[in-house]
Amino acid sequence: MSAWIDIAALEDIPARGARVVKTSLGCVAVFRTAADEVFALSNACPHKAGPLSEGIVHGKSVTCPLHNWVISLETGEAQGADEGRVDTYPARVEAGRILLDRSFLNARSAA
Amino acid sequence: MTQKLIVIGAGMATGRMLEKLVEADADYDITLINGEPRGNYNRIMLSPVLSGDKTYAEIVTHDDAWYSEHNITTRFGTFIAGIDRAAQTVTTDSGDVLPYDRLVFGTGSNPFMIPLPGHDLEGVIAYRDLEDTERMMGLGSDHKCVVIGGGLLGLEAAAGMAARGVDVTVVHIMGHLMERQLDEAAGYLLRKALVDKGITVKCSANSKEILGENGKVRALLLDDGTELPCDLLVMAVGIRPNVKLAQDAGLAVGKGIHVDDQMVTSDENVLAVGECVEHDGAIFGLVAPLYDQASVAAQTLMKTDATFVQKELSTKLKVTGCDLFSAGDFADGDGREDIVFRDPARGVYRRLVIEGNVVIGAVMYGDTADSNWFFGLIKDKTDISEMRETLIFGPAYQGGAPLDPLAAVAALPLDAEICGCNGICKGEIVEAINAGATDLGAIKATTKASASCGTCTGLVEQVLASTLGDDFVIPAAASVCGCTDMTHEDVRRMIKSLKLTSMPAVWQECGWKTSCGCHVCRPALNFYLLADWPLEYQDDPQSRFINERKHANIQKDGTYSVVPRMWGGVTTPGELRAIADAADKYMVPTVKVTGGQRIDLLGVKGEDLPNIWADLNAAGMVSGYAYSKGLRTVKTCVGTDHCRFGTQDSTGLGIKLEKTLHGAWTPHKLKLGVSGCPRNCAEATCKDIGIVCVDSGYQISIGGAAGMDVKETELLVQVETEEDAIAVIKAITQLYRENAKYLDRIYKWMAKVGLEWIKERVEDERDALVERFELSQTIYRHDPWAEHATNKAQSYQPLATLSLEAAE
Ligand code: SRM
Ligand SMILES: Cc1cc2nc3c(=O)[nH]c(=O)nc-3n(C[C@H](O)[C@H](O)[C@H](O)COP(=O)(O)OP(=O)(O)OC[C@H]3O[C@@H](n4cnc5c(N)ncnc54)[C@H](O)[C@@H]3O)c2cc1C
Ligand code: SF4
Ligand code: FES
Repeated sequence: MSAWIDIAALEDIPARGARVVKTSLGCVAVFRTAADEVFALSNACPHKAGPLSEGIVHGKSVTCPLHNWVISLETGEAQGADEGRVDTYPARVEAGRILLDRSFLNARSAA
Repeated sequence: MTQKLIVIGAGMATGRMLEKLVEADADYDITLINGEPRGNYNRIMLSPVLSGDKTYAEIVTHDDAWYSEHNITTRFGTFIAGIDRAAQTVTTDSGDVLPYDRLVFGTGSNPFMIPLPGHDLEGVIAYRDLEDTERMMGLGSDHKCVVIGGGLLGLEAAAGMAARGVDVTVVHIMGHLMERQLDEAAGYLLRKALVDKGITVKCSANSKEILGENGKVRALLLDDGTELPCDLLVMAVGIRPNVKLAQDAGLAVGKGIHVDDQMVTSDENVLAVGECVEHDGAIFGLVAPLYDQASVAAQTLMKTDATFVQKELSTKLKVTGCDLFSAGDFADGDGREDIVFRDPARGVYRRLVIEGNVVIGAVMYGDTADSNWFFGLIKDKTDISEMRETLIFGPAYQGGAPLDPLAAVAALPLDAEICGCNGICKGEIVEAINAGATDLGAIKATTKASASCGTCTGLVEQVLASTLGDDFVIPAAASVCGCTDMTHEDVRRMIKSLKLTSMPAVWQECGWKTSCGCHVCRPALNFYLLADWPLEYQDDPQSRFINERKHANIQKDGTYSVVPRMWGGVTTPGELRAIADAADKYMVPTVKVTGGQRIDLLGVKGEDLPNIWADLNAAGMVSGYAYSKGLRTVKTCVGTDHCRFGTQDSTGLGIKLEKTLHGAWTPHKLKLGVSGCPRNCAEATCKDIGIVCVDSGYQISIGGAAGMDVKETELLVQVETEEDAIAVIKAITQLYRENAKYLDRIYKWMAKVGLEWIKERVEDERDALVERFELSQTIYRHDPWAEHATNKAQSYQPLATLSLEAAE
């Protein structure tokens, strides 16, 4: 079952940018692309836990601010020669509001 | 017995439905009622009527003869005021009560009017019907009009009026025109075409108030204070389904009137079609789906099975000379392949988005001849794996010409300046080539192009190649990144000679191979644009590395370091106390004296940044830009104030320099040192710009470094007065930022252009360079900390904080 939690307005995140949602088990980065899609990923880079929310967003990827790994926002996979993956969570936009699936909280508490 | 059918609204949807009923000879006694004082006409053709390409008579779809031939009773200029569903009657605004067996809503939509102060002034109109069109047509050529809204409708209104000689300004809230249908690159080309038609386009512009005089509109006021005078103001910012009547009648209504797949509303005797409906969560604003709805409704009325299915939509703009097309989903990303084709010479842009061997989206500008073919591929989900390589060229492509890497240079007009040092245009180079100068050396000798600083060498070679064809082979040079074949130097020259003032402009005119750049090219372009066009270009924080976006240095654990300015390395007990207090209050784990004569607070949490800045601001301190490709520190020694050897006030000069250069963005970081005598305690001779004071004045030298490379500075000039020293330093800073490649420190740039060239420039153009420097500083000499702490503090906080319980 999915239950969507209303997080914030789409405009609260700049286009090609991100903000974090804090949970008791760490931060989730919520990204907004130039085309106004949103993606939610764990905020810790698979390399050395760099805060992905602070990276440069291009297309549907983000470049980690610490050592430039490029992470896919869709799959959480590191691109190119780098190997690693971060968790991704369902997210969507409806009527200008960003919604996250509650299951991500449950998944995180189970982890 | 023949049933009575009443149709409310003679719009594009109901017009099509009536045709279908008539064609099939349906057994209904039909009454058509329309609020507008006329029957069905082709509303979308109001734009050609406005521009003068068509007359109203030509766009009428059904005339009186047609209605009477098919026994349709009409009541035009009549509104339905109420419905009694139990009694199955409608009541007109003149009080007539008419019975029905089946009722069809085709009430369309209402234009949305932004409730700005002054929106009810005389002369503020929408663009929806013939009356609006006639208002616009009545505006003489000596009048001004403002259109709010840069979407399809607003642009058609603007172009139509411009064609009649009206002075039109379009005000659009988003960064580029038609953002729902076009990406930035296509939006840039569209804007360019409209500007060529004499239309003024203002994007990212927020309307604040409509100003009036004697009850009539006079001007639009933007929130940046700009006043745009106008005699007529057209709002084209969107539509809302017209549902009032249905709501009053108690039908199920959401955004629109709820209908099922058969176009039946919550009342089985009542149907609805057109822009007034909501089907499966969607509402509609283009005619293609409305026509499908009309056929389905006709079949439902005739008791045949039919189902309305939403389909992929495509968009075109009905403005002569602006050929654009967009369809499907054109957001880019992984798992999706982007095929981009740009022909700067013809102003053509094509982009296809492919996912799993299927085209899912397309944006085209300039050449849309093949758009139907591409739209077909999208709708039919055709497997394109066989034609992938040549797909972008369209259906006619049969092993034709490959992408031309020289297209951008070939497209340059002959009067575009290629060599900035010597003022040589493309035309002069082409002339020299035609006169027999067929290599770089000969070009240098005959025209002097690229004979000075040499940064235009790449472009000169490309002019040679595009003029001589295969006879000239371009030596390979490293491009900025995978998005382009051009070098940094080429791109910089293109930005200057073509006066490119936005990123989409650079992408298009330089033939970028991606739709919108990457993390390597965007920061470089952002710098080039703001350095060359400080007034026109607006800095893009999203194209900056985190440190420059958040004005603090990110640490390995995601915290930040905060370094306030300590002008010339001088501080006061008050400042030190404020730093100490801030360190306590925000539990800063490490306080360290930096190698740049100031104090670093390391390990500050991102959320605390605006607060700690506000505290430091309150004590008079500002951002030290320790994170920037810009002015860092001006290191000084004590000089004449205290030292027995000091020859000039090195501390004072250092402070003056730091204050005047503060905030300036440069290709890489810029560090200065001022020593009071040749003993050089401030290590001035290993800085980007070093000043060593001597009895007779100031020795200014440049190109030092003490990082990955250690370099000693080289003497640029010696001047007598402090005033001259400051002017020379501003000039060299400006020259550096106007010419160097992004991420070249001065010493690297100097190795490319030569100290002699720099000397000549600073000597000959000092005053002009200083003037441009000061112009740019009017925008950039400010404290970002104060600005962010007051206006953007919220963006440093988490978007939300969730606990498990809160979500349950
Ligand atoms: C804080 C400081 C070290 C210190 O504790 O003293 C420092 C810290 C960093 N330096 Fe530095 N540099 C500091 C003085 C220097 C100096 C000494 C100086 O300025 O007199 C140098 C050599 C002089 C020079 O620049 O030529 C120096 C040469 C570098 C370099 C090499 C630059 C080069 O072109 O070779 C880098 C790497 C870079 O910029 O790409 C660097 C990069 C860095 C970065 C920004 C690394 C990074 O990208 O994260 C460090 C940031 C730490 C932080 O989070 O605050 N730092 N760095 C000094 C801050 C000075 C200030 O007050 O602003
Ligand atoms: C200038 C312009 C250009 C356009 N260009 C394009 C284009 O290029 N491509 C495209 O696909 N679409 C275009 N559109 C949109 C397209 O015209 C609409 O989608 C379409 O007209 C909607 O049809 P409709 O039948 O739902 O409503 P309408 O055509 O708006 O008809 C509704 C009618 O109902 C009447 N009415 C409302 N309430 C009542 C009432 N209570 N009693 C009696 N009558 C009532 C109204 O007076 C109106 O005449 C354009 C629109 C405009 C204004
Ligand atoms: S020398 Fe290296 S480790 Fe030390 S501050 Fe500079 S960049 Fe960091
Ligand atoms: S932590 Fe992300 S690249 Fe190193």
